[in-house]
Amino acid sequence: MKNLPQFLAGLLVALAAGTVQADATLLNVSYDVARDVFKDYNPPFQKYWQQKTGENVEIKQSHGGSSKQVRAVADGLEAGVVTMNQANDIEFLADKGLVAKDWARKFPNNASPYTSAMIFIVRKGNPKGIKDWSDLARPGIQVILPHPKNTGNGRNSYLSAWAWALRQPGGNERTAQDFVGKVLKNAPLFAAGGRDATTTFMQRRMGDVLITFECEAELIAREFGKGDFDLVYPSLTLQTEFPVAVVEKVVDKKGSRKLAQAYLEHLWSKEGQENAAQNYLRPRDPEVLKKYAAQFPAVKTFTVDEVFGGAAKAFAAHFKDGGSFDQIYQRK
Amino acid sequence: MKHCRATEEPVWVRRALLAVGLGFLLFFLALPLLAVFTEALARGWPAYVEALKEAETRSAILLTVVIALAVLPFNILFGVAAAWAIAKFDFRGKSLLLTLIDLPFAVSPVVAGLVFILLFGAQGTFGPWLSAHDIKIIFAVPGMIVATLFITFPFIARELIPLMQSQGKEEEEAALSLGASGWQMFWRVTLPNIKWGLLYGVILANARAMGEFGAVSVVSGHIRGETNTLPLHVEILYNEYNQIGAFAAASVLALLALVTLAAKTLVEWRMHKETAMLTADLAPEPGEG
Amino acid sequence: MKASRPVLPGFGLALGYTLVYLSLLILLPLGGMVLKSAHLGLAGILEIATDERALASLRVTFGTSLLAATLNAGFGLVVAWILVRYPFPGKRFVDALVDLPFALPTAVAGITLTTLYAGNGWLGRWLEPFGIKVAYTPLGIVVALTFITLPFVVRTLQPVLEDIEAEVEEAAASLGASRWQTFVKIIFPTVFPALLTGFALAFARAIGEYGSVIFIAGNLPLISEITPLLIISKLEQYDVAGATALAVVMLALSFVLLLGINLLQWWAANRHRPTEPLNVAAGTESP
Repeated sequence: MKNLPQFLAGLLVALAAGTVQADATLLNVSYDVARDVFKDYNPPFQKYWQQKTGENVEIKQSHGGSSKQVRAVADGLEAGVVTMNQANDIEFLADKGLVAKDWARKFPNNASPYTSAMIFIVRKGNPKGIKDWSDLARPGIQVILPHPKNTGNGRNSYLSAWAWALRQPGGNERTAQDFVGKVLKNAPLFAAGGRDATTTFMQRRMGDVLITFECEAELIAREFGKGDFDLVYPSLTLQTEFPVAVVEKVVDKKGSRKLAQAYLEHLWSKEGQENAAQNYLRPRDPEVLKKYAAQFPAVKTFTVDEVFGGAAKAFAAHFKDGGSFDQIYQRK
Repeated sequence: MKHCRATEEPVWVRRALLAVGLGFLLFFLALPLLAVFTEALARGWPAYVEALKEAETRSAILLTVVIALAVLPFNILFGVAAAWAIAKFDFRGKSLLLTLIDLPFAVSPVVAGLVFILLFGAQGTFGPWLSAHDIKIIFAVPGMIVATLFITFPFIARELIPLMQSQGKEEEEAALSLGASGWQMFWRVTLPNIKWGLLYGVILANARAMGEFGAVSVVSGHIRGETNTLPLHVEILYNEYNQIGAFAAASVLALLALVTLAAKTLVEWRMHKETAMLTADLAPEPGEG
Repeated sequence: MKASRPVLPGFGLALGYTLVYLSLLILLPLGGMVLKSAHLGLAGILEIATDERALASLRVTFGTSLLAATLNAGFGLVVAWILVRYPFPGKRFVDALVDLPFALPTAVAGITLTTLYAGNGWLGRWLEPFGIKVAYTPLGIVVALTFITLPFVVRTLQPVLEDIEAEVEEAAASLGASRWQTFVKIIFPTVFPALLTGFALAFARAIGEYGSVIFIAGNLPLISEITPLLIISKLEQYDVAGATALAVVMLALSFVLLLGINLLQWWAANRHRPTEPLNVAAGTESP
């Protein structure tokens, strides 16, 4: 019994030991469904880096809700790189001085090595005939989506619907808000997150349509079987980006800038792009995209920058307290 | 001693109470538990075992157990001390003190994590000093232990206080007047009297320490294989569409909670033997019907 | 009589240690949180807390928590009673199950309960035909909170029930008290402080709960939105001060309620000094 504290201390040291050898490790702080992407990406990169520099590197992964993850980085989680699914989150780190102010120009394609699109998942055979965003506002249709204000997935769904309404003949901010309000009225609930929305739709059989990322459809098929649902591509939808950045403050402290830079650059290599495509993320490389064309149907997309003038602006206008989402729920 | 009928309820009352109590437990405990195991075993036993074999799951189990063990001595020490002061003595502000002890329960776990970020985080009060001295609390095991201590803070004290209050202090006073020292009184009288309450408190605090998600999640950093506890791992697996893995890991937590039962049964059994040897004229042992 | 009794030792040490530990682990961090929101000023904090959505969420949070704690107080008393007093097959197993809600991560509890109570779930499919919707309604929140806080009442009552000496009940019975009278006059007053404690703990824990509730609540603004969700929402906007402001308001409300319950409990414990319970029964008739 007297040895217990010592035993515990020993265990703690053993657990903490992994964190000490800083130079050869890189912590990649990422959003929650990105694990497969990087699980398949890390080993080839480690090999590539070893051939190039002779250095053996350890890549550590941290996954969680996107905003929560960057808050942790701002509070001292020593990430060498951040790989997120919302530009707004990286903006936050830029404001805090942790990543470069011009992070989006440090890498090609707005620093997003691959993209996805917001699409619909409907019941097999599409019994309710859902074709486009307009159908989601129809009376009697039940729409399942994650919380539009508090989750990245939900925010992307919200912006997609908004932009579609804006681009309709006679569309303006007011009609867009009315339209989105109607869609949200058709939502019997706001799911806790992307995964929870899927469970609600697929397992609990609620709703007629689920709004989600194209890349998530493959994960759904893996878990619930392909034969159970159909994909619907709306006439216009949001191209979602997956921005990456080097955390300057941390790599300077740890002397791992080169490694961090190379780790992210390699995402644009053929190897990196192929890996993205295999995980159902649309690669930027036209050749790779062509090779996997079968799994990426052509779809008309817009970016947040085009329609909303940037992620930070979109967030402020729609998802801050008192923004367009809150206005929809203010009683007249 | 004559056995009186009026110390027992009529049969129909017994049956009704059993039906109500067990029915409540069926709907609120047994069915959810069954559902967890059903999900975990949805693709059969091999898939279940496979899910638990993963290195990251194993390291998460280890970390969970380490944290639970680390908070235990702190909680026991505080619980007994606080209960002793509150239950055996009268002083002003007792209700206030009790309320402060309860307070951690009312704090949303996410906020409980946040308060330590505000203290120890890079932007927090002590953050710059800690980072200058290269001391890691947040996003490392110490921070997770502190957050768990916060979450489990009231359990043992709150378990012991009503018990010690109902016991009063006559027995201790008798021991003292018979010439026992303070420690003798504590070990020979107080501790045996509160052992069940203490054990319940330990079991509860332990279960809560192992199952806590919210607060630990905020201070963990979610580094795989390093600062991922089992509950955090469960959520990540679930979000990755690894439902089997997620529920298998959750079922392990349920089983860990049952381990404490085994401990309790063992202790009970040994104590029963002891008391049976000492005297035959004691009140019926608890847990025995 | 009291003066001749020896004074129990260790008061200073026990109380001192309690206060120091409490200050370091609880009061310092919570104080830091209050400070963080302080620059908003009282007016600023109140503005955040009296926003229509925030008020609705406070109503949902405190209302469902109160209901869940009440349910647990009632059923918890029955469960503790049968676990302590009655023999039945599988009792040890049932006894062990009681702690389960703590060990299961709250998210798993939330997901599982939602699956059970959804329209096609094991339980939902039987309730839906009667028009009872549980998942994605405030009722679902009550169910989740009842599950999460179930161990509190049972586990605070168990040791006290186990501690009631059979002699006391037998004495009451031999004095001619009916079983019901014995329960009302002897047993209930003895366990009442513990029952209140369990109720207070369950209530407190329910107010703060987030992990399980978000899965089953449906999270619709003004209807099934809990205050911790609004706190998260503020954190998503990187508004730490706003989040702590809401947290401080919740903390203050909980503090007042808990203090009330604890004062009541203290009063109850002193009113029926359980160490001299015989006096109550024996008052009418001496043997």
